[in-house]
Formats: sequence, C-alpha cells, structure tokens
Amino acid sequence: MRDVAIVSFSQLPSVKAMEAADEPELVQPVTSDAMKQVGLTQDDIGFTCSGSTDYLPGRPFSFVAAVDGLKAWPPLRESHVEMDGGFALYEAWVRLMHGDIDTALVFSFGKSSLGPVPDILNLQNDPYYVQPLGLDSISAAALQAQAMIDSGKATERDFAEVAARNRKNAMDNPNAQIKGDFSVDAMLEEPYISSPLRKSFCPPLSDSAAAIVLAAGDAARKLVKRPAWIRGFDHRTEPHALGQRDLTTSPSSKLAAEKAGLRKGRVDLAELHAPFAHQEIILREAMGLGDDINVNPSGGALAANSLMTAGLIRFGEAATRVLRGDANRALAHTTNGVCLQHNLVAILEGE
Amino acid sequence: MAEQCAVIGIGQTKHRESRRDLSLPGLVRDAAIRALQDADMTWKDIDSIVIGTAPDMFEGVMMPELWLSDALGAAGKPIFRVHTAGSVGGSTAVVASHLIQGGVHEKVLTLAFEKQSEANAMWALSPAVPFQPQLVAGAGGYFAPLIRSYIRRADAHPDTGCMVAVKDRQHGLLNPNAHLHIDQTLEQVKASPMLWDPIRYSETCPSSDGAVAMVLVHEKHAGRVKNPAWVKGTSVRTERTFFAGRDQVNPAAGKLCAKDVYDEAGISNPLKEIDCAEVYVPFSWFEPMWLENLGFAEEGEGWKMTMEGETKIGGKMPLNMSGGVMCTNPIGASGMLRFAEAARQVRGTAERHQVEGAKVALGHAYGGGSQFFATWIVSSER
Repeated sequence: MRDVAIVSFSQLPSVKAMEAADEPELVQPVTSDAMKQVGLTQDDIGFTCSGSTDYLPGRPFSFVAAVDGLKAWPPLRESHVEMDGGFALYEAWVRLMHGDIDTALVFSFGKSSLGPVPDILNLQNDPYYVQPLGLDSISAAALQAQAMIDSGKATERDFAEVAARNRKNAMDNPNAQIKGDFSVDAMLEEPYISSPLRKSFCPPLSDSAAAIVLAAGDAARKLVKRPAWIRGFDHRTEPHALGQRDLTTSPSSKLAAEKAGLRKGRVDLAELHAPFAHQEIILREAMGLGDDINVNPSGGALAANSLMTAGLIRFGEAATRVLRGDANRALAHTTNGVCLQHNLVAILEGE
Repeated sequence: MAEQCAVIGIGQTKHRESRRDLSLPGLVRDAAIRALQDADMTWKDIDSIVIGTAPDMFEGVMMPELWLSDALGAAGKPIFRVHTAGSVGGSTAVVASHLIQGGVHEKVLTLAFEKQSEANAMWALSPAVPFQPQLVAGAGGYFAPLIRSYIRRADAHPDTGCMVAVKDRQHGLLNPNAHLHIDQTLEQVKASPMLWDPIRYSETCPSSDGAVAMVLVHEKHAGRVKNPAWVKGTSVRTERTFFAGRDQVNPAAGKLCAKDVYDEAGISNPLKEIDCAEVYVPFSWFEPMWLENLGFAEEGEGWKMTMEGETKIGGKMPLNMSGGVMCTNPIGASGMLRFAEAARQVRGTAERHQVEGAKVALGHAYGGGSQFFATWIVSSER
C-alpha cells in the first residue's frame, strides 16, 4: 500500500448560524486556505472529494452548488459522498492508492442552522417501523445513555465530567462554539431534555466547513516537513435496528480500530466524533483508550458540531497536532448514523 | 494501477414502474443475491460494500445505506455510500473498482438502486432554490434548450431523436429486465405529444423502480468464473454549474472523462477498438450528442450514425443494446446498469441483446446539468 499523508487542514469557526453563506461561500475559503498552506493550487490537485447531505438545506443535489466554490477550469476529477466528510477523506485515500495521482483535496460543509436537525435525523431510521414514532436524534441518544446507566457502565456524573473536560479543552480552540470551565455540579442541576440527557450532555448545532489536502509519498515530504501519515484506515457498520444492538458497546469502532492498526503502538491522542457525552465513554471503552490518552484536545463535537463536517474536523485536529510535532501517533474517528451505527477510524503518525 | 480488478457477478431486478411487491430492502437484496449467485459466492465472501443512489429525497430516507446495511449483510463490514447526481451508478462502480485496484479490499459488492414509485421524481428534480427563480419543470425542461442548440449547430435531421427512441425500444424488447417493452414505429413516436420542444413524450425515459449489483474482485479470485470482465480503465470528471464559456451541448468534462478512460485502457481509436457501448441517454437526442462527446463521431456528425442505423445491434457502434435509459430508468441505478451491461457484453452473457464477439465495451453515465461524468472500459481480455 502507498504511504498517504494529511499535509494541511483548514476550517471555518463553528458558529450557531452563518446566515449569509451559501455553499460556494462555505467551500471556497477552506479549500483555498488548505491548498495555500502547502503552496498548491487547484491545478496541482489530482482528485477532489466532498461530503455533505441534501437534508440540511432541504433540497436535492445541494452538493452540486458546492463545486462552484472551486476553480472553474479545467473540469475536475471529482466525487461526492452523502456522508460525513471523514468518509470523503476515505474515498480520496482509496483514490490515491490507485497510484496515478499524488494529491487530493477533501472538503465538507454543513449548515445545521437551516432546519430542525434532531427531527431531520429521524429520517435516518427505518421508514416503515421507526420513523412514524418520531425518534429524534436526542431521544435516540437518551435511550443509549439510559442503557449505559442501567448496565452500571456509567453515571450521569460521568457524562457531566466528559462534557466539562471537552469544553475546557475547547478553551484553547479558536474554532469551537461552546467552551469554558463549567461546573459538573451545576450541569447536574440542569433540567432533563430527554432523560437522562441534560442540555450540557448534548452537542451544540453548528455551521461550518472544513478542508484537508492529502499527498502521497515523496509529494507529501516535499510539501511539509512532517506529514501526518495515515498508517491505517478502516470503517465498519452495525445492524441498523437499535433493538438488534447492545447500545452500550461499539463493536464496529473496536473492529475498525483494530484493522487500522491501533494496537501496533501507543497513541498520544485521540479525536473522537462523539456528539453526546456518553458516546465518548462507549468509544473509549470499545477501542481501549485508557485515561493516559489525551482524548479530544480540540473539545470534540461537544464543543463544535456542524453536521457532515464534525467528523472531518476530527481528522484535521488530530493531523494538525502530528504536523506540528505535538503528537507522534494519533487516532482520528468519525461516526455516522443513529447511536454510533457506523464508525471510521484512522491512525496518523509522524515520520 | 497496481492490482487488476474483474467483474465476476452481475445481478439486477426486473425493472417496473412500481415494484409494490418489494420493499426497498427487498429490492436491493433481490439484485445483490442475483449478483452473488452469478459470482458463485455467498454473503460471507464479501469484504466490503459500496452503494450509490440519487437524492435521498426520492425515497424519503436520509443516508439509506444505514438502514439498508441489514438487507445487504453489512454488519461488521465496511459499507460506503456515493452520491454524484445521475452519474452516481457509474461513479459508485468506479469507487468499488478502486478499492480492489488500490489493494484495500479483494471482494467488493457494489450496488445502485432507485425506487421512484416512492416519490415524484420530476418534481423532486425541479427544486425551488431559495433566492433564485424557478427555471425548469423536470429534467426535460433543463435539457430541451441544449438539444435545440445541438440540432441547430449540427444541422441535424429532425427525425434523429425519434429514430433513437424506436431503436432503443426495439433493443429493450430483447431484454426481459427492461421496464418498457414497446414495439413502436417511427410514425408512432413522431405522433406522440410534444412535452418540451423538441422532446416528445416517446423520446423520454420512464420512471422506474429497480436495482443492479455487481461483484468486483481482485485478479486472484477471478478464476471463480470462466468469463470475468476485466476493468481496463475508469474515469470521473466534473465541471461547475456556472462559468464563462461553458458548453453544455458538448461538455468539456465529458470529453476529458472519455480521454482519461481511453488513455488508461490504451485506446487510440474508440470507434475501431470498442465493440459496443452502453451510454446514458435519458432523452433520445442525447445519443448523437454523446456519440460526438465520446469521440465515436466527429463534432456535428453523430446524428448521421444514428440515421444510418450504425447504433443498432449489428451496426458499426452498437449503442444501448439493453434498451438503455430510454427503456429503464431507476435514476440512481441507471449509471450502474450501463456499466453492468457493458460487462455483460464482454462476458458474453447478454443473451438476446448480445453483440456477437464483443470483447471491449464502454459503460457511461452522466448527471446534473450535463456536468458529472463517469466511464469505464471493460474487456474480455486481461
């Protein structure tokens, strides 16, 4: 397999609403900045891939407009996934394995402010038996959190501690939306949104966009001193029906992490795409990430959560720390679907 | 490319206006099981799944691969979802082939579907974009001006589109899976109502329910069948919606997509070296337009090949032997049906619509406003 690395990352600050920005206006700043950081232009890019969903803007083919944020000429080698941008990164990585091109541009964009996201996410459920029940994403996550409590694996205080740590970490992150030194006891006084979830255990909803440049082999070494090499990359899914899964575990992220080579060495940090506080506990346990590992130095999705972009940002945040030399080996993770159904894991390493 | 990829299993549903006998999971499973049987495989043999479909809004399920993962035996495996507008069936197969050529997986099930009876595709394709005037009603409203422009530029015979409709429907009569089985004459097509001038009712594709699946494998597993189709080249190209000088009649992205795939497959004279092609023709006039865009005819000359009958089975460049999109159009699957039919031709399994001795075939798909293109070349020879 070819050595492929993340060489640059750019994101727009996650905010509650970027009212005036359309798709090209979200995409153009991050893609041009990611390329500029390594001295490339669109003409140097071999393949472009994006991730987004039509259900945020509420119209079909919304990704078509995003292409207009890129250079007009000549026509691109380009693809799109109706998944989080983390999966667009996976497709670009696969494309680079083909061997005929050396660079790829990946981007994603999501404006959660355009609609009632928790209700929209009910449309991910089985349309015959579950969608009619109106299982919004917060209620679904609450079922999972309650299962954690019932099984004795975690308490509400554990959830609050995860939320407090992530938002404290986010104080160093200029792109985060919710940050600060919040009191665990105060969180536990908040009213329930959907028992046992209180507001602070849930992610914010954000608008943002992000872009990453990938390069292979010597091309990556030419662009940056210390590329963030993707040493392993894998994703796995689980049965769809919530009743068919043990919601307190994540066999798919465990398997994906094994296949990505997590056990081949110690990771310094992990960026986990865990929108709800209890999901970080599930993912850590499944992947065997102990207390000695720095999880979500960026603050994670609990601090900034633009749908379709929050996963790609995990890759960018992990890679940035490898590129800067702050970490030698990092894990990046993206999830898709209700209650962590589908999980993507990569191991990034410095030279 | 590092590794060789072969198509060893192909399966599709019977395509109909409405498959009320099948749920969406039932529809995709029907195609997948047929492909696995064709490859002499079971679910257990599959490493990875790549699926494609057009906008989720057609069926009202967001990211349907999450729900369909059960029907496709995906638990514990990777399942990946591609969406590139109408070209999606083609670009999905391209991603699947890259997983193998890149050495990531060895046995990949790829599948595309659409159950258009769950919604009204024409109006789903006529979105009212905020702050923009509503320009079109349906895809025909978008493409009719491009066709008029083609006719003017090429000074094309006005019957060309009707000839394509008659020919594709004759081919469709040979394909038991096709949605439309209509034996119609040129006079009947010409007499059908004008919808979007110059597109008559009989010159449009239907709206179908259907799915198609393929099993793609690394060369070391190709020996499971006696007649694998080898993937010799793949390409995807995209052009923006708005830029000065954009030519939507003969799009640059389409020409480049063809050039890329011919270069990779080592083809210098497509008309001579390719035996037949399945090309995405949702409105009849796109046959001559794509003949030129793909380099089978000089610019302005494509319609002559059609009028001379050169695109029939037995002609110089048989096009859409299966009846094509004009007979069967489950939108998200239409591109992969083209890719799969190309593979069937070189495997010699196209039954009554087989081009005799076909060794090299092109599969083609396009989408958006003639701006997303996907192609592959398959061959009976490694």
